[in-house]
Amino acid sequence: MLDLLWLLPALPLAGAAILLSGAMRFRHRTTSVVGVGSIGLTLVLALTALVQYAGMHGETVIRPLFRWIAAGDIAIDFSLRLDALSAVMLFFVTFVGFLIHVYSVGYMHTEGARAYARYFAYLNLFMFAMLTLVLGANLVVLFVGWEGVGLCSYLLIGFYFEKDWCASAGKKAFIVNRIGDFGFLLAIFLAFKTFGTVDVAGIEAMLASDPGKFAAAATPIALLLFVGAIGKSAQLPLYVWLPDAMAGPTPVSALIHAATMVTAGVYMVARTNAIFRISPTAMLVVAAVGGLTAIFAATIGLAQNDIKKVLAYSTVSQLGYMFLGAGAGAFAAAIFHVFTHAFFKACLFLGSGSVIHACSGEQDMRKMGGLKKHMPTTYWTFVVATLALAGIPPLAGFFSKDEILAKVYGAGAGNLHSFGTAYLALWGLGVVGAFVTAFYMFRAVHMTFHGEFRGSHEAEHHLHESPASMTVPLRVLAVGSVVVGFAGMGMFGAGRNWFEGLLHHVAPGVEVEGYATSTGIEWLLIALSVGVAVGGILLATRWYFGPEAFVRPTRFAERFPRLVTTVANKYYVDEAYEATVIAGTMKLAQGSWEFDARVVDGAVNGTRHLTVGTSFFSGLFDLNVVDGLVNLVADAYGWASRLLRRVQWGVVQGYALIMTVGFALMVAAALWLGR
Amino acid sequence: MTVPTAYFVILAALLFSVGAAGVLLRRSGISILLGIELMLNAANLALVAFGRQHGQLDAQVFVFFVMAVAAAEVAVGLALLVAIFRKNQSIDVDRLNVMRW
Amino acid sequence: MVAAVFYLTAALALLSALVAVSHRNPVVNVLSLVVTLFCIAVNYALLGAEFLAAAQILVYAGAILVLFLFVVMLLNAPAEQAVPSPRKFQRVAGLVLAALAAVGSVVVVLGLSGSVPKGVPQGSAQALGRLLAGPYLFAFEFISVVLLAAMVGALVLVKRKH
Repeated sequence: MLDLLWLLPALPLAGAAILLSGAMRFRHRTTSVVGVGSIGLTLVLALTALVQYAGMHGETVIRPLFRWIAAGDIAIDFSLRLDALSAVMLFFVTFVGFLIHVYSVGYMHTEGARAYARYFAYLNLFMFAMLTLVLGANLVVLFVGWEGVGLCSYLLIGFYFEKDWCASAGKKAFIVNRIGDFGFLLAIFLAFKTFGTVDVAGIEAMLASDPGKFAAAATPIALLLFVGAIGKSAQLPLYVWLPDAMAGPTPVSALIHAATMVTAGVYMVARTNAIFRISPTAMLVVAAVGGLTAIFAATIGLAQNDIKKVLAYSTVSQLGYMFLGAGAGAFAAAIFHVFTHAFFKACLFLGSGSVIHACSGEQDMRKMGGLKKHMPTTYWTFVVATLALAGIPPLAGFFSKDEILAKVYGAGAGNLHSFGTAYLALWGLGVVGAFVTAFYMFRAVHMTFHGEFRGSHEAEHHLHESPASMTVPLRVLAVGSVVVGFAGMGMFGAGRNWFEGLLHHVAPGVEVEGYATSTGIEWLLIALSVGVAVGGILLATRWYFGPEAFVRPTRFAERFPRLVTTVANKYYVDEAYEATVIAGTMKLAQGSWEFDARVVDGAVNGTRHLTVGTSFFSGLFDLNVVDGLVNLVADAYGWASRLLRRVQWGVVQGYALIMTVGFALMVAAALWLGR
Repeated sequence: MTVPTAYFVILAALLFSVGAAGVLLRRSGISILLGIELMLNAANLALVAFGRQHGQLDAQVFVFFVMAVAAAEVAVGLALLVAIFRKNQSIDVDRLNVMRW
Repeated sequence: MVAAVFYLTAALALLSALVAVSHRNPVVNVLSLVVTLFCIAVNYALLGAEFLAAAQILVYAGAILVLFLFVVMLLNAPAEQAVPSPRKFQRVAGLVLAALAAVGSVVVVLGLSGSVPKGVPQGSAQALGRLLAGPYLFAFEFISVVLLAAMVGALVLVKRKH
């Protein structure tokens, strides 16, 4: 199987090709079989590969497929790589991806056959791109996947493209991503220039052989790589596309904007950790951006009323946590959080999809309520996932989030790279963020499922549990949210948990010299995380549950109206972008257009005048000179003949005269010569 | 005293010129032919004079033949003239300008 | 004695030649040409070409000019108009040229003056006959063909189409 690694991205690509080339004339059933089947098959093959890989004791498997770029000294192969890191990614991408494909069958069944086929085609295409990204052995192949997921994100966000705001959201996602991609591209160029290769293995080898040599070059490369990650993983300041991306169908939000695509940034940082670890500056930047994003996005989530928007900001916030961990050197912990987050966030999104489906498309939580009794399965899976997200043990989110916070604290207390204070401050933000996370998630739970239904009467009649195709994936993911955490169950002291050990060769953590968090501190940290989470849940329950629900929030809003409005309006970030970047770009575009129109039109008209003018002179030339020459030739003949014909006197004596003249001349000549 | 050859030749030259003048200046065809005859005779005279100069009889034989040729030529020329007269009812050579341009 | 004859006949020849080319009446022209030819015949005799002198009179004066007279009478050639005629340029040119020719010839000839004739050849019929039958036999025979050709040509030219 490992030699057939290329099948893993190839099968979804084939699925997409079949669905697209079928000109979307398939019926629902055919499309479902092809679309879901391809991913199911990919999952089976992926598991096979992973089982096979498990018996290989952690060595790296690299499979070059073909020579892609050969230009002078540059030789880049299209190679796939399987190691512990890509194995982890491969597992949850295919697993969660498959579940979401199954869910989509039920969720999208009301669409027409063409739209249905288009949806699955794009989703398959996305899987192809994501797997290419995850299995890429060098930065260029990774970038191919990177761009591919960006494209599919655009296609799927703008799935309902007839609606203007959906199409605009797609465009926004793509354009903002592009900014990040530009940084990534520059990083690839710089890396190639510095290391002479874009191969990850090659770069690691070079860095291992002589770390000091590349220290100076590493920082810009790492920072540029991180710019790419900021774009793709929606961190400050390029996060603005993710909330808008909720315009796409909910399964898309689940797969792309929660579980897989947005985590590509974290994966990329972990993949190139060899470059990051020798640049303390870059590491700090990563941690800082991540930490600030985590708290920033969490606060916005407090005031959102659209259930999907809450989850979107939650995703941005959790991604911030992942980068926080990576920036503190805990790459394994960050990937672990990616792993657990995939399960519970996907579960939450799919659950929200189920809710929206039941509420006949309503997404505003203010019009929901009391759905617990109408959709029990959705309810309890949603609650389980929320608890996981909040970080309540023994659910998955607790282990991963706690691991990150512990490692960040360790970096702070142990003064990693002499940035101890900074790391401690970021740790503090992370703790506060955990409180806020628990609060807003349970706010959402209470508003949606508890209390009385606040929507219209017709909507109330439609409330129903979703079909099995939707609830089964929910159940599976909920179980996952409980279970997968144990893979990274923390060991006390300097020991490594199983997950960390798994990734140790590929993405080892940055050890803080001379410091190891003591067991006592560790327990304290755990107690703090849990306490903070429980505190958030309690506050949310006080404010949004029971007979006095919504009383306190309303009073708070009355007391601090401006604060509440600002947060509810997402701190006006989008408006700020609109006024500066967008407006500036539009002016530039307008100016360019005007210049182009004037210059181009001017040139065209000028050419017209020029052509007319030159043709006029050309005509003159032609008429007078050319025709003149022709006429001249003819006239010359006329004159010559008029002259010459005079010889023909027709008079005999005239000829005799000429003869006499000639004779006289000859005699004269003879006399002259004979003298 | 012998007359010098030169005198004969001068006479011949003068006669020749007169004959040439007649050919060139006269309008009647007959007059032209007369002029031609005169020229021929002038040439004959010069020939004989030169023959005497060199003491050879060959010149005289030449003259003999010239005379014969002159006779032939006159015959044909007059025949031509008659034919032209029949066509134009005149022997004015100025009228013979059909081949004028 | 010989010189006197020469000068006399020369002058007469010139005079009658001038008349021959200038008189209006064609008959006068022909007859004055006859006179010229006579004078030339005398000159032949002076030059020792007796046969030629005789032949000149016989052939030229007797045959050719008679033929001329025939044609003049036949065609009833009118008296020609006075010499100045519309073709002024040609006339003038012709006169000038003729004069030039005359002068030129004289000049040439004067260059030869002073040369003494070698000897008077015997221009008797016998002597000429010997030459004709000898070296110039072919030419002699051929001239008869020429005469034949001339006759045929003349006949053809005047033949009326029926």
